[in-house]
Amino acid sequence: MPNKTFFWFFLPTGLAMILFIGLPIISTGIQSFYAQHDQVVKEVKKCDPFGCTVSIVVDQEATSVLRDERPLGKFNGFGTYFDRNHLAIEQITEFWDETDTLGDFIDQVTNLPFYKALLFTLTYCLFVTPNVLLLGFIIALSLNAISRKIRGPLIFGTILPMIVTPLVGSLVLFWMIDAEGIIGANLQLMMEDPYLSLKSSRTLTWITIIIYGIWHHSPFAFVVFYAALQTVPQEPVEAAIIDGASRYQRIRHIVLPHIYPVVTFVALISLMDNFRVFEPIIGFSAEGSAQSLSWLIYDNLVNEEVILFGSAAATSMMTIIGIAILLAPVLIRTWKEFRTAR
Amino acid sequence: MKKILLTLLFILFGTTAYADGHCSKPSGSINILANDFPALRTFVETAKGCKGSADFKVTHSSEHNKIAVPALTANPSEFSARIAANSSIVPLMNQDLIRPMDDLVKKYGKGIQDSQLITIDGKVMAVAFMANTQHLYYREDVLKELGIPVPKTYEEVVAASEKIRASGKMQHPYAAAYKAGWNLAEEFVNMFIGHGGEFFKAGTAEPNINNAKGVATLNMLKKLASLSNPDYLTHDSEAIKVEWESGKVALMTLWASRSGTLLDDEGDAKITAATKLTGPATVGGGNIPAATLWWDGFTLAKNRSDSDAEASFIALAHAASNKKMVADAADQAVWLVEGFVPGPKSIGVIEAVKMGAKPYPMLPQMGLMHGALGSEIVEFLQGKESAEQALKDVEAAYISKAKEQGFL
Repeated sequence: MPNKTFFWFFLPTGLAMILFIGLPIISTGIQSFYAQHDQVVKEVKKCDPFGCTVSIVVDQEATSVLRDERPLGKFNGFGTYFDRNHLAIEQITEFWDETDTLGDFIDQVTNLPFYKALLFTLTYCLFVTPNVLLLGFIIALSLNAISRKIRGPLIFGTILPMIVTPLVGSLVLFWMIDAEGIIGANLQLMMEDPYLSLKSSRTLTWITIIIYGIWHHSPFAFVVFYAALQTVPQEPVEAAIIDGASRYQRIRHIVLPHIYPVVTFVALISLMDNFRVFEPIIGFSAEGSAQSLSWLIYDNLVNEEVILFGSAAATSMMTIIGIAILLAPVLIRTWKEFRTAR
Repeated sequence: MKKILLTLLFILFGTTAYADGHCSKPSGSINILANDFPALRTFVETAKGCKGSADFKVTHSSEHNKIAVPALTANPSEFSARIAANSSIVPLMNQDLIRPMDDLVKKYGKGIQDSQLITIDGKVMAVAFMANTQHLYYREDVLKELGIPVPKTYEEVVAASEKIRASGKMQHPYAAAYKAGWNLAEEFVNMFIGHGGEFFKAGTAEPNINNAKGVATLNMLKKLASLSNPDYLTHDSEAIKVEWESGKVALMTLWASRSGTLLDDEGDAKITAATKLTGPATVGGGNIPAATLWWDGFTLAKNRSDSDAEASFIALAHAASNKKMVADAADQAVWLVEGFVPGPKSIGVIEAVKMGAKPYPMLPQMGLMHGALGSEIVEFLQGKESAEQALKDVEAAYISKAKEQGFL
């Protein structure tokens, strides 16, 4: 396609991307460098049905003057990024000096909210992504091998987890693993431990969410792999059969190299998706044991009665940077291959 | 027969006419945001009876806290009125989103008692209509059978629960809403106040919880948690209500406003009959209960036309001074409205007030403390860190947030 044609072809999408993705990111970025003005408070008398007390309120007149002067708030630079609820530079230096062993140091650091969330997010990505790829590929191969007659209904059944709304899917499982639920109660019986709870132990909660994640995301990988398998040319496969190649050898040396670009694509998309893990945490009410970066943003925006825009913006920016770092190796590799192909 | 019917109709008609007495037929548009529990539904329904020619809309949502600030910040705001409580009025005050209503009270608030008015700096910012608190519920049959007296302190609650567990009747005899987040933090607030704690150093926004009282609070919470269903960190008020109704719990700390649904005809009649209410417990030898008093009241949005505010006030004031409503729905809540005769279901709140329970602290920075508590004390309950470390974490998390919000 000549460059000029491409430009006009891409223009509408490009404009929409700038408007709906680019500008909000820039605005979030700017927001993350600001904090609220210093609150001006005054002592007043407050009366309610239970009596009167002298207490403090925010002085609205003084505050509105400040707000009108600088509506964005007080410039804070990287203050929010470096504070205890984010990168916690100060605290980490302190821990480094205070602790004797590396284990202690890691314990202390992962006790900080940002690193706690990062640890869960990365663990989730690390376990879910490869398993999704593997499981999706195995399902695609098996379905590709069975008779065409029953393939339709089976495909439908396989992509069901993706059709079910994530929140509903996780809620169903949540009720089942409750100590009074079918899985939870049976596990207690089997282990003969009435205090066993999948929800109260951190490790078990993590495992539950990861298994849920694999269950939910595999159909996507399956659909893409299944489509890719349809394009595998039959001649080399037949030639390989004649040469006496086993099924494994055929997959390893013919099918996989053929669908390799698709694998990269699925890996990229799942990595991005998994890094933003959020719904299962809400669905499983797992806030206590598992927090992700997206959940931190949500918490700052809605869980507090006071909305922390600066905090939420800073975490958003770091999530974007995190995704970029995670994707970098794959992107660089794709780019190199693209260059050599030319 | 016909005559009786006619007289009956007349009486019915008569009472409606009487109830309408306070209503001065507003016009304009009324849109209310409220939490979702039976008493509030009754209240809003009563207000609807006085909508006149106004367009009347209501949103009942348990997620009301998440909607309120953004919806009222818009100009004109989505809602003309918001039913708030001690804690949820604070963000509205902080952001200057609600209007004083002294003139409206003077003009239309005839039946409202002075004690219902929430005044801040001499201005009426809300009109309260019901009171709420968390108190103890117990199973009379279970306690009697094991010869346990009704507990008055949390130490007795622990002893009673241990006895019930030891008897083999129930594995997890105690329940409270310990869901990580707002609910868990609320339990901490109650217990901390019961120990005589103050959240902030006097006159400042500096946190003051990392001390002996804070440690005692956490230890008591942990003891109670060990006597609860192991999934306690995921259980909110609704979940423990279900546990109670399935007969697996004998002692419970729950909101007074939920007593109506516990004692209704639905569910096992035997459990319902044995469900008894008592005041909140004290803790650590203190004499004030480990509970906070709450009021629910209505506020008017600032960013909305004066005529809408007026219409909303007329309708809501009609409900907030409605003797018929409080008589009909006497068991739904402890109404602060004139003419309310407390029934057996209001025992918890009345006891709490008698015992000198403190109201939930209405401070501008309290929401940040509540938020920090909700996520940072979880690891202590899970046994992953010490009480001192957990309290240190709460203070550190609070300080960062308070700095960002300009309180420190």
